[in-house]
Amino acid sequence: MRIVPFLLSFLLTTGLVICLNTRWGGLQKTPLLGEFLSPQHGFWQNAEPLGMDFNAKIDLPGLQGKGEVYFDKYLIPHVFAASESDACYIQGYLHARFRLWQMEFQTFAAAGRLSEFLGAGENNSIVKYDRSMRRLGMVTAARAAVAEMEKDSNVKKDCDAYTAGVNAYIGQLNEGALPFEYKLLDYRPEPWSNLKTALFMKYMAVELAGADNDFALTNAKSFFSKADFAKLYPMVPDSLDPILPKGTHFLPPSFVPKMPATADSLYFNSTATVTDEEHAVDKSNGSNNWAVSGKKTLSGRPILCNDPHLSTNLPSIWYQMQIHTPAYNVSGVSFPGAPFVIIGFNDSCAWGITNSERDVRDYYAIKFRDDTRQEYWYNGRWASTDRRIDTIKISGARPFYDTVVTTAFGPVLFDPGFTGFSEMASNRSYAVRWKPADSSDELLTFRYLQSANNYDEYKRALSTFQAPGQNFAFADKAGHIAIRQEGQFPAKWKEQGLFVMPGEDSSYKWQGMIDRDENPYMLDPDRGFVSSANQEPVDTTYPYYLGGIFPIYRGLIINRRLDAMNSITAADMMKLQTDNFDVFAQMAKPILVGHINETGLNEEERSYLNIFKLWNFRNDPGEEGPTIFYLWWNHLDHDIFDDEFSKSSLHLQHPYESTLLEALLKDTAWSFIDNVNTPEKETLQQIVTQAFRQTIPDLAQAGQNGHLTWAKFKDTWVRHLLRQPALSRTHLAIGGGANCINAAKPLHGPSWRMIVQLTDKTEAYGIYPGGQSGNPGSPYYDNFVDHWVAGTYLPIWVMGSDEAADKRVQWVMHFSPITIPQ
Amino acid sequence: MTIKFLATTLLIGLFSFLCGLFLPWWTVAPIAFIVSLVIPQRPLPSFLSGFLALFLLWGGLAVTADLANGSILSAKVASLLPLGGSSYALVLVTAVVGALVGGGGALTAAFLKKTR
Repeated sequence: MRIVPFLLSFLLTTGLVICLNTRWGGLQKTPLLGEFLSPQHGFWQNAEPLGMDFNAKIDLPGLQGKGEVYFDKYLIPHVFAASESDACYIQGYLHARFRLWQMEFQTFAAAGRLSEFLGAGENNSIVKYDRSMRRLGMVTAARAAVAEMEKDSNVKKDCDAYTAGVNAYIGQLNEGALPFEYKLLDYRPEPWSNLKTALFMKYMAVELAGADNDFALTNAKSFFSKADFAKLYPMVPDSLDPILPKGTHFLPPSFVPKMPATADSLYFNSTATVTDEEHAVDKSNGSNNWAVSGKKTLSGRPILCNDPHLSTNLPSIWYQMQIHTPAYNVSGVSFPGAPFVIIGFNDSCAWGITNSERDVRDYYAIKFRDDTRQEYWYNGRWASTDRRIDTIKISGARPFYDTVVTTAFGPVLFDPGFTGFSEMASNRSYAVRWKPADSSDELLTFRYLQSANNYDEYKRALSTFQAPGQNFAFADKAGHIAIRQEGQFPAKWKEQGLFVMPGEDSSYKWQGMIDRDENPYMLDPDRGFVSSANQEPVDTTYPYYLGGIFPIYRGLIINRRLDAMNSITAADMMKLQTDNFDVFAQMAKPILVGHINETGLNEEERSYLNIFKLWNFRNDPGEEGPTIFYLWWNHLDHDIFDDEFSKSSLHLQHPYESTLLEALLKDTAWSFIDNVNTPEKETLQQIVTQAFRQTIPDLAQAGQNGHLTWAKFKDTWVRHLLRQPALSRTHLAIGGGANCINAAKPLHGPSWRMIVQLTDKTEAYGIYPGGQSGNPGSPYYDNFVDHWVAGTYLPIWVMGSDEAADKRVQWVMHFSPITIPQ
Repeated sequence: MTIKFLATTLLIGLFSFLCGLFLPWWTVAPIAFIVSLVIPQRPLPSFLSGFLALFLLWGGLAVTADLANGSILSAKVASLLPLGGSSYALVLVTAVVGALVGGGGALTAAFLKKTR
C-alpha cells in the first residue's frame, strides 16, 4: 500500500463527491450537481420520451369504485368516475401527476414559506414577501376557510378525496419521477392537506383582491390641493360603459353606513403620508366575459365567452379536463391545487368569470403605546393586541422570527420593524382589513356550479361566494343569459377606505356588508347580451360606494362590438376574443394629431408621424403604429405630470390614462399642461410636439434593435414561476395590449380563452398559454402556446360514456380501488 | 487491453447501474472502489476502467434519454447551467462528472492494494 497516494486519491474522490453534493453560489444556487446530472436520479429522468405511453392501471386505496381516465392527443383527461368524491380523488391524483411542483409552490407562496427553499433573495426580497403574506394573515384565513369548508359535508368529502388523491400520487413518487424543479432547488414535496387547498384559494385572493392604492392616494391627498386632487383622481370616468347599462334603476339601499363625525378633521383633511410599500400585484389583473342570447346568434342559441387575464406563467395556472360523474358532466379548466372545474360548462349551462376589482382591502393607522406593541390606543383607552411569533425558515441561513400583532381592525401589516418593500424607514404602523381574510368557502360555489341546471341553481351556487368578488357570466340551454357581480362587499360610506383611515376609533371600521340581493345583476336584457371587463359594475346611481381600480376601455369596445354583431357564430367570437383593436388609441389620436405642430419637423420625424396617422388602431404584431403611439402617449403623460409629481419624494398615485385623455379632450388648457418649472405658460400644442420629438430617439433605438414592430417592442413572455428564461417561452409574436380585448401584455394576458355555444350538443372551444404537463421536459409542457399566440382554438371534446373506442382517445388510465383481503 | 481491465470496467458499469436504481448517485464511488479491490490493477488502468465505466454508463444513459426526448429538456438545462444551450455539452459534462467519480473510486482502491 502506498499511503500518500492512497490518502490523496481518497481525499480527492471524497472531496469531489462532497462538492457535487453541495449547492454552490450566492443568491442563485446551483443544484446538487452529482444528483442532478445522474441519469438515474437527476433531470435526465424528467426528459419524457416523445410519444410516451400514458396508459396505466392504477390501483389505489381510498377509491370507492372503478374510474377511467381517457386522454386525448393533447393530454387532456376525460374522467369517468363512479361518484363525486371519486372524481375529486382522481382529479387530485392527476393534478399531482402532472402539476405537483406548481401546486406546492403556490401554496408555499400563500403561506409565506418561499424562503424555505428559495433562500432570502436579493435585498431579502423573498423574506419580505413571506413576512407580508404571514402578516396579512394568510394561514389564519386558510385555517378559517378549512373550518368553513368542513361544515358542508359534501365539500368536506370532496376535499378529503382530493387530498387523498394528491397524497396517493406523492406516496408512490420515487426519486427519479420527482418533478424537475424539486431537483433544481433540492427539496421534497410535503404531504397535501385540505389546508393547502385552502391556501391555494387564498393565493388566488391575493392575485385578484390583493391590490389597492390606498397609500399612494393618501400621499397624493396630502400633497395636492383639494381642487387638484379632484382633477387628478376623478371618481368615475366620463366614457364609462358599466356592466349594468347607465340608467339602470336601483332601489334605495337597505343599509346606510354612517360616516364618522370626525371624518373631515381626522380623515379627509389629514395630511399624514405613508412610505411603506405593499407587495406589488399586477393592478391590471383583469378579464373579459360575455354571453349573447339566441336572438343575436346564427344558431338561435346563446354563446358564452370568457378570457380571464392573469400572469402568463408556466406551468399554467389552469389544467383542462372533463369530469363525468353520475351527478354531473363538466368540462373546462381547473386549478391545480383545488378540486372542481372553475370555469367551464356542463350539459345544461356555461359560466365564465372576471374580477370585480372592488376595493376590499383597507388600512388603519395604529398608535402603539410603545415599541413592544402590546397596547394600542382604541376608543379612548389602551387596548391590548394579540401577538404571535412566526418562524420563517430560510434556506442557507438562520430562521427569521417575526412578531405578528393583531388589532381590532385586523393584523398589523407594516410597522417600524417592517416597511414592506420600501427602502425608507417609517415610524408608523398600519393594520389591514382584508375581506378574503374572513372565513368563507368559495369552493362550495364551484361545486354547485358544476351541477347547476338553470339560472336559479347558478344563483344559488353563487349565494355563498364571498371573496375575491367576481362577475359571473352565465348562459344556459333554455336560452337564458345572465351576469351577477358576486361576493360579499363592505357597505362603505362615500370614500371610506380610499385613504388610510384613523385606527384609534371603532367608528372607522366597516359597518356591515351589502345585502346579496343588492349586488348588481342582469338577466336576459333586451339588448341581447351581457358583458364585463373589470369596469365599474354600475353608474353613480347605485346606492353604495364602490371603491376600486377599474379599467374601462376593454368594456367599451366589447359592448360596442357586441351591440353591432348579429347572427353570431363561434368563429365570430374567436375573432372578437383575439381582437387587437385599441379603442384607447382611437380616442386619443385627435389629441395627438390635432395638436402637433408639424412645421419644423424633419424628414425622419415626418415619416414616423405619417405611420401613426395611417395606422388603423390595430395592435397587430407587425404594426409600427402601436409602438409610436405607446411612446408618444407615455412621453406626453410624463411631460404633463412629472413637473408636479417630482416635487414630492413620496410615492404618489399616477393618474389613470383615462383621466389624462378625458381632461385633454375636455380642456386643451388643462392646468397640468403647464410646466411649473418654466416661467412661460406651455400650451398643449407645445407639449404634444415636444413629446413627439422625445419619442424619435426611442423609435430610432427600437428600429436599430429591430424592435419597432409592436410584438417585438411589447415582448410578451409566458414565464416560468421561477422566472428562469430557459424554462419560459420568450419573445412571443402576439399583438394586443392592455386596452385591447386581446389583453396580451408583457407577462400577463388571457390565461384561458373559452367559447361555448349552448346548442343541443354543446359546441365549445378553448386554448390557454401553456400545456397539460408541468414538466419542462415534456412535449406537453408548452404545446398550446403557439396556438394561443396565433389566436387559434382547440375544440373542446365533451366525451360521451359510450365513446371509449373513439379514435380521439390516445391513452387510458384505469383506476381501481385496492380491496383489502380479509 | 487485458481481461482484467475489461472485467473491471464491465462490473463497475453493471453494479453502478443496478445500485443506481435504488441507491443514491454517489454509490458509484464505493462500487468502483470495491470492484477494483476485488480485481486489482495498477493505478492508471484502474483509474481508466472506473472512468470509462461511468463515462459510458452516464453518457450512454444521457444520450438515450436525450434522443428519446428530442433534446427538449437538455436544451433548457444547458441554458440554465450555463452551457450555451448545447445538449452535446450537457451529455459530455454528465459523462465526465460520473467518470471522474468512478475513476477516483477505482484509483483509490488501486493505491490501497498496490500490485507489483
